Amino acid sequence: MAGLYEELEKDVRYIEGLKACFNCGICTAICPAAEVSDYDPRMVVNIVQQKDEYELEKLLKSDTIWRCGECLSCKTRCPRGNTPGYIIQALRALSIETGLFIHSQQGRKQLAVKRTVGDHILKYGYCVYIDEVDNEMYPEQGPIWEWIRRNRESLLERLGTSYKQNQSGTLRNTTPESLDDLKKIFDETGGTQRFEKIEKYSSEKAKELNIDFSEGKDDYFKFLYNE
Amino acid sequence: MKTRKNEIWLDYQKEISDDHYYFARSCIRQNFFPAAENLYLNILRNELGKDIYDDEQQTTCTGIAYHSGLIPFETIMTVVARQFALMNQAGYENFVVSCVTSFGIYVEILETWKHFPETEKKTRDALKKATGKTFEIPKNLVHASDVIYKFREEIAAKTKFKLINHITKEPLKVVDHIGCHYAKIFPQAGIGGAEYPYVLAGLIDQWGGEQVDYPERRHCCGFGFRQYLLKSNRSYSVTNSKKKFDSMLPFKPDLIIANCPGCTFFLDRWQYVIAEMGGKTYGDEGYGIPVLTYEELAGLLLGYDPWDIGLQTHQVTVEPLLDKLGIIYDPAQKYLGRNGEEIGIPDKPQALRC
Repeated sequence: MAGLYEELEKDVRYIEGLKACFNCGICTAICPAAEVSDYDPRMVVNIVQQKDEYELEKLLKSDTIWRCGECLSCKTRCPRGNTPGYIIQALRALSIETGLFIHSQQGRKQLAVKRTVGDHILKYGYCVYIDEVDNEMYPEQGPIWEWIRRNRESLLERLGTSYKQNQSGTLRNTTPESLDDLKKIFDETGGTQRFEKIEKYSSEKAKELNIDFSEGKDDYFKFLYNE
Repeated sequence: MKTRKNEIWLDYQKEISDDHYYFARSCIRQNFFPAAENLYLNILRNELGKDIYDDEQQTTCTGIAYHSGLIPFETIMTVVARQFALMNQAGYENFVVSCVTSFGIYVEILETWKHFPETEKKTRDALKKATGKTFEIPKNLVHASDVIYKFREEIAAKTKFKLINHITKEPLKVVDHIGCHYAKIFPQAGIGGAEYPYVLAGLIDQWGGEQVDYPERRHCCGFGFRQYLLKSNRSYSVTNSKKKFDSMLPFKPDLIIANCPGCTFFLDRWQYVIAEMGGKTYGDEGYGIPVLTYEELAGLLLGYDPWDIGLQTHQVTVEPLLDKLGIIYDPAQKYLGRNGEEIGIPDKPQALRC
């Protein structure tokens, strides 16, 4: 692979996100992630605009780039037209492509994200699907959700949905043609390869940590998801 | 009362087509508020006489995965291009999105194609190669709430209830939550821009309520995409919602309405969590502040039965709001399944009154 900067500068979100930063820090002032962690988007932008390969590699191996919540409040506020949230998107993509994401605790968690919303896309045609969202994994769903899920066939029919039906409407089965289209798009545009890289590098890390790694919600998934 | 804040939004108008819409569903709205999107379609078709197409071939835009750093930009651009191709195939030109994350995605991609024309060409090539499909860009792209906003007067003319306390005759105090990706990324894409978004405030004004202008009105709900998706990271999410609740509390809101399905979900469920964890509640007498989507609010005021439009699927119970509005409801119908089937009732939270 070419140098890290050479790769980063190919990403349109990096080009769009970084004009010139004079370090005023308004992005950090408005940032919800900065409020709850030591995340500092001003520092991230400052590091990338220095164009130092060593510093960039450190960033790609760090928890820092995974702290952003992608609210993009920074885009509205930057007086120089920078978008730290876009730069973060480009850094995250490069971190996965280079395998550097497994060096940080937060980066490693991408496997758990892949095995939930990522896999749901190709299985159900949507990022979220009621059958996969249980109260053990999502306790904040509360007793109402436990009741909804327990009675979903009856309740969802009462509410006029198309749950488990092959027709248009809420919570319908996504057609096989549509799922096939999604898979082919993922294959054609690098989505499938991205998923495979996450699995491959994660497998190596799990082995190093001596944690069971297979598929789905295995021990390594639970470790990443919960801790 | 007219203030400068009310007037500034006039600088940010947007075109919202009159009729003939292609509807794109939301991952979160259809799961967590499962009656909302059908209600939306019913309001447009039956109350407003509009044509809106619900396509069984559509899919997610993949936006949640994209903003979680999971999938390449090329992938989401091509999935979005496929949605446009489906709209073309169905004979429509006006694209209506039921999700604020998706709306932001669609606008971002159209802007990217303008600034980097080679990305549009690559997307067209990828879509053609993968699926054989071609596409035209929509003539009009709006969020689903934009259409409700456009027809807010027509809806007001048909409502059976106003946002007014039927006993005191005072307007209800309503918090609007727009969702970051509605106008913070591309202010020109939202009614009222990023500073004074009016898409929901306009509904409040038109339907008789009073806007609550609290300090953290524009703060994020705290979704954070991967930050919520991972159980280990969820303190990010609840902390941000709590900041908003604490800020709005002194204004004693009667209701929160939200634009984005994710925000609706978080503002509902984190009230439950905050109550259970620390005993703090934000509504009257141990209840929470009810949180509705814009179509649920429209449906309620139009006189739809609250249990037919799924308001029993919210964790924060809506009865205090129904009582203020003077809406008659049958508690015995609330927790029934299909054809009146008895399916039991949910457990009660320990701290949050339901």
